[in-house]
Amino acid sequence: MAAVAAITLEFRVSEKIPVTVLTGYLGAGKTTLLNRILTEDHGRKFAVIVNEFGEIGIDNDLVVGADEEVFEMNNGCICCTVRGDLIRIIEGLLKRRGKFDAILVETTGLADPAPVAQTFFVDADVRDAARLDAVVTIADAKWLGDRLKDAPEAKNQIAFADVIILNKTDLVSTEELHDVEARIRAINPYAQLHKTTNCAVPLDAVLGRNAFDLERILEIEPEFLNGGDDPEHDHDHHDHHGHEHHEHHHRESHGLKHYHDEDMQSVALSINGDVDPEKFVPWLQDYVQKEGGSILRAKGIISFKDEPKRFVFQGVHMLLDGDLQREWKPQEKRVSRLVFIGRNLKEDEITQGFLSCAA
Amino acid sequence: MTAAALTANVIPLDAGAPVAAASFLGDIPALALEDGTLFFVMPGSGQHISVHPDAAILTAATSAGHFITGGDDGRVVVVSQDGTAQEIANEKGKWIDALAARDDGAVAWSCGKDVRARDHHGAIKTFAAPSTVRGLAFMPKGYRIAIAHYDGASLWFPNTAAPPEPFKWKGSHLSATVSPDGRFLVTSMQENTLHGWRIPDKKDMRMSGYPAKTRSLSWSFDGQWLATSGADAAIIWPFKDKEGPIGKAPLECGARQVRVTSVAFHPKSLVVAQGYEDGLVMLCRVPDGAEILVRPPPAAGRAIGALAWDGTGRRLLFGAADGAAGLLEMPA
Repeated sequence: MAAVAAITLEFRVSEKIPVTVLTGYLGAGKTTLLNRILTEDHGRKFAVIVNEFGEIGIDNDLVVGADEEVFEMNNGCICCTVRGDLIRIIEGLLKRRGKFDAILVETTGLADPAPVAQTFFVDADVRDAARLDAVVTIADAKWLGDRLKDAPEAKNQIAFADVIILNKTDLVSTEELHDVEARIRAINPYAQLHKTTNCAVPLDAVLGRNAFDLERILEIEPEFLNGGDDPEHDHDHHDHHGHEHHEHHHRESHGLKHYHDEDMQSVALSINGDVDPEKFVPWLQDYVQKEGGSILRAKGIISFKDEPKRFVFQGVHMLLDGDLQREWKPQEKRVSRLVFIGRNLKEDEITQGFLSCAA
Repeated sequence: MTAAALTANVIPLDAGAPVAAASFLGDIPALALEDGTLFFVMPGSGQHISVHPDAAILTAATSAGHFITGGDDGRVVVVSQDGTAQEIANEKGKWIDALAARDDGAVAWSCGKDVRARDHHGAIKTFAAPSTVRGLAFMPKGYRIAIAHYDGASLWFPNTAAPPEPFKWKGSHLSATVSPDGRFLVTSMQENTLHGWRIPDKKDMRMSGYPAKTRSLSWSFDGQWLATSGADAAIIWPFKDKEGPIGKAPLECGARQVRVTSVAFHPKSLVVAQGYEDGLVMLCRVPDGAEILVRPPPAAGRAIGALAWDGTGRRLLFGAADGAAGLLEMPA
């Protein structure tokens, strides 16, 4: 028995604590989702970090008030803002290590998710102790369309999301629901989308996503092509790329209306074959340094010439995290793919830059 | 292999929980533990005193014969050497983020943006800082407190209505300390640097090159050196002359391939005790850097989080993040 206990303790010490960020515009249902996560019978213990002026009670033992203090890092990276309070709170929570298994961060309705994510790139202590699991955005099916027009924060939250909970679907017609879904997909075709009432989603839809884990970036496909939570959809789309040297994803397919958001888009590119690392790495670094202010999220799986392993990267604004991952499988096509989600992306410039890195 | 070693003079201790701070309450070696208790080291064993039940100690300070602890239960507690605990503040629903104490009994603490100063009569004054406060330090003379926050630091006279004097420098400032002669204010920063100001003319000093944040700072007894953690050696800055460390290189003592996490200057001689991320503890002499091993790194040892000398400099108490601790008694 004693030996087992010791192993468990050791495991806890070395394991990074997963952090899930719940974002969404005012009234969309963040606190509903939070309380749903907390009250479900899962045996897990959470530490919850909420904005101090939250309106609804939180049903949890360990709730910490945050003040969303965002500051710029004094490191020459102009858009590198971090959540100072989060650094302080995570440091403090570590002293209660073992009394909780995961951290949930609820942001205010007007918050930009980027500083939260950037905190996990920038602060070594936070990075050693915790890992960002996913940014989950809760959207109100009835009002999101309007908010996308009048609230840049709402658009940021959709663009940034790994998981989108499209909530209050009972308040809209089927057409309205299709319409708002298409508007979301115009901004972010990559997030997992769940249509709910009262934020009723299975917990594994929001927890344990590993969305920022390089090891888990397995493919880059628009989520609606993969079916998402649409059960009747098939999964045979993986090979329809590569019949040209490069191409953009088809957004008009599968019955959704095709919207083009005026200022927030995604640019997805692929090169059917290898990329020269000597060209690609400097290009990527320079490009995010120059245009990082408008790039919210970036992801890529790249086939480097003469490299048996896949190079994967992900980034937030100017911050990049990249590494060689698993080996390409023998039957796997060596295709280099990248996607940027951002504001007023210069598609031609990105396309030209990426294509010129072909080996 | 280091020639000199005091390893045989160390009494190993098991505090039972990660050590947040160390001190001597009179003669009694005491450790503040992250699980909310104090551990008084007694001959043969020790005694745990629950100070913050069901809570964690986030910060601690010491003053003549007392341990002052701040918890995530919002309480500030003063513990005497007989083990009696007195709650002097309860900031309901908040965390105590920083603490400072002085031998006359004055205590200052912060929770979020609020800084409170309690003088030895118990009168409490409040200052709302421009942003969250991470570090506090008493000035050596006068009832005045240095406050580290975002974008700089402030010097506050709690007993005057005058607004605190701002010392501006962009970025997030963490710990604060003031030189014993009251001429220099030094903060550690989020960006792995130290920032200093010469207080009379607010001249800026940047002390950079750290691979990690500096969270432990200690002045030599003569006030001429400042030892700091955050690098693979103790980085010791010279403050001998008027210019302080401006234009001077620091000393590096006890260089290893492992990060220094805690430093404490000896109260009477130019010797610094330093603890590392792997649990090693050594003494280094300034300025020649001669090393004496106190504790070799144990297998799977964790970071030394606290070091304290007694007033005579005959005993050194240390504690680590895994609850392991030890008491060095210097040979006669």
